[in-house]
Amino acid sequence: MGDWLHMLVAKYNYWIYITLMMIGLYAMIAKNNLIKKIVGMNIFQTAIILFYVSIGVKKGGTLPIIEHGHGGHSHVIHAADYLNPLPHVLMLTAIVVSVATLGVALALAIRIYNRYNSLEEDEILTQVREK
Amino acid sequence: MSLQYPALLIAVPLLSAFIISAAGWINKKLCFPIAVAALTVSAGSCIGLLFRVLNEGVVLYRLGGWDPPWGIAYYIDSLNGLVLCVVSVAALLNLIASKKSIEQEFPEKIGPFYTLYVLFVTGMVGITVTGDAFNLYVLLEIGSITGYALIAMGDKDRAPLASLNYLYMGTIGACFYLLGVGYLYISTGSLNMVDIARLLPALYQSKAVMAAFIICMVGVWIKMAFFPLHAWLPNAYTFAPSAASSLIAPLMTKVMIYVMIRLILTVFTPKFAFGTLAVSHAIVWLACVAIVVGAICALAQRDLKKMLTYIIVAEVGYMVGGAWLGNRAGMTGAILHIVNDALMTLCAFLVVGNIVYKVKGYAFDDLKGLFTKMPFTMGAFVIGALSIIGVPPTCGFFSKWYLISGAIQAGHYGFMVALIFSSLVNVVLFFRVIEIGYYEPSGEHHGHDHPPEPMAEAPLSMLVPLYVVAAGLILVGLYTGNIVNHIIRFVIPSSFV
Repeated sequence: MGDWLHMLVAKYNYWIYITLMMIGLYAMIAKNNLIKKIVGMNIFQTAIILFYVSIGVKKGGTLPIIEHGHGGHSHVIHAADYLNPLPHVLMLTAIVVSVATLGVALALAIRIYNRYNSLEEDEILTQVREK
Repeated sequence: MSLQYPALLIAVPLLSAFIISAAGWINKKLCFPIAVAALTVSAGSCIGLLFRVLNEGVVLYRLGGWDPPWGIAYYIDSLNGLVLCVVSVAALLNLIASKKSIEQEFPEKIGPFYTLYVLFVTGMVGITVTGDAFNLYVLLEIGSITGYALIAMGDKDRAPLASLNYLYMGTIGACFYLLGVGYLYISTGSLNMVDIARLLPALYQSKAVMAAFIICMVGVWIKMAFFPLHAWLPNAYTFAPSAASSLIAPLMTKVMIYVMIRLILTVFTPKFAFGTLAVSHAIVWLACVAIVVGAICALAQRDLKKMLTYIIVAEVGYMVGGAWLGNRAGMTGAILHIVNDALMTLCAFLVVGNIVYKVKGYAFDDLKGLFTKMPFTMGAFVIGALSIIGVPPTCGFFSKWYLISGAIQAGHYGFMVALIFSSLVNVVLFFRVIEIGYYEPSGEHHGHDHPPEPMAEAPLSMLVPLYVVAAGLILVGLYTGNIVNHIIRFVIPSSFV
């Protein structure tokens, strides 16, 4: 029981990201509306961004800006005192990618709406089959 | 100059994309020459780089002068040297071949099309050349997003929906890969592939590393359309414009196979992939199912392009199965098949492009009487078909030979049976097409003594690249021994038997 509780509480960031990811995946699989699917896709991507951001955090850590003392003399630095900035920087790129994907997806949804006058996938598919 | 090849092959197409986009506003005629020039430089650098790798061994290029574990390094050995050459040359040939069909299909969008085309090639060569796991993700998304846009330019009714479905699946695939890289980063604190490989052996029993491997693999499988995850591929490739499908179909899946092999051989060692993780047998069985299902679905199709897309699904099964057999012959066959399948698919889709250009359709009914109408195009089609079936002088035979001997060596007879079954189905598929094209007269006249159909062959600018590819199929077949002995042999670690 204690072990289980430890898993749940100490690693809460992983639980949150997995929950979000599954919500996104569910929306992409189960929803009929194309826009809802796209929103699900964005939740899915954001969950992974959250995962990356959370792994850079350290308890009691501060911003990773190294202060040099006045007069240029340097002092010892403990890496454990600073957050890991690398995952955060990586996620800037991932955010750009997800914005671009979202843009393309919405543009495609507009094209589809103009052609079929609907965003419901089943209605579009019946129209496709009728042809 | 030759020291800068790894930067040139990606920087030139990337920067020229912006120039093409600007030139499109001024004069549409400028776009094509700029794109050809950029891809020629890129292909030249790739070929030069392969020769450098063959002479000097592994090439390590530090972007911006940063040393590997911190900066992004491009890492080129004979495996990605070979794949780079195939990717860049195939993209260049297809660019030249598809000029007329682009002008015919969407004359008003020439500028955007070439911009996306060159960006897609940037993504593909970037994935192949990079030695950094996160950089690979970024370039993968550059390639994919431009791919979605290229596909959506096709058939007005169906292409946007097919592209959107591809986008959903593709995003899940890329996100899975990203997640796997995150797990690797948690475990090792590094993103450089060689550095990860150095740090990993102590962690092989860690569950996070196993999860990282499996999640990365699933992501890559979605992107390459490995069997249960293949549903996006047939529609996306069928409804794409012909110039885009003959670009994306040969490159995307093959580059993702390369990524899978890179993950198995370099990032994780074969010892981990085949030893610690006892899943290789199950994956080969899955590949067998992929091959059989791909072949059967291809049989059910009534048009040429969709039939070819299902053949790609089966071919992906060949390569995944070969790589996971876990012996030298199987891995050789898989790597050789990356080269061969890229060329075969390119040949087949260029033929479809020529047919669409002249006949405006690719259903089986449109193919009637095509051998009298377009004898040269159909001649190249026969060469491509023989190669996909696996008839000796062409290259398809040799990779299939390696795959089958790998299957026998590993004692995996199911895979061997699946390969032979798929070859037989390919015989039926292609001879059905050839029969329709050769014996059935075209629809307009049914009388006995009708005059022979006048020849209406595709223009020379489409035929010459097609024949270069067709000749390549035979040449690669004849020089298979050299490719295996001088290039592929050095890729496979000595622990393989």
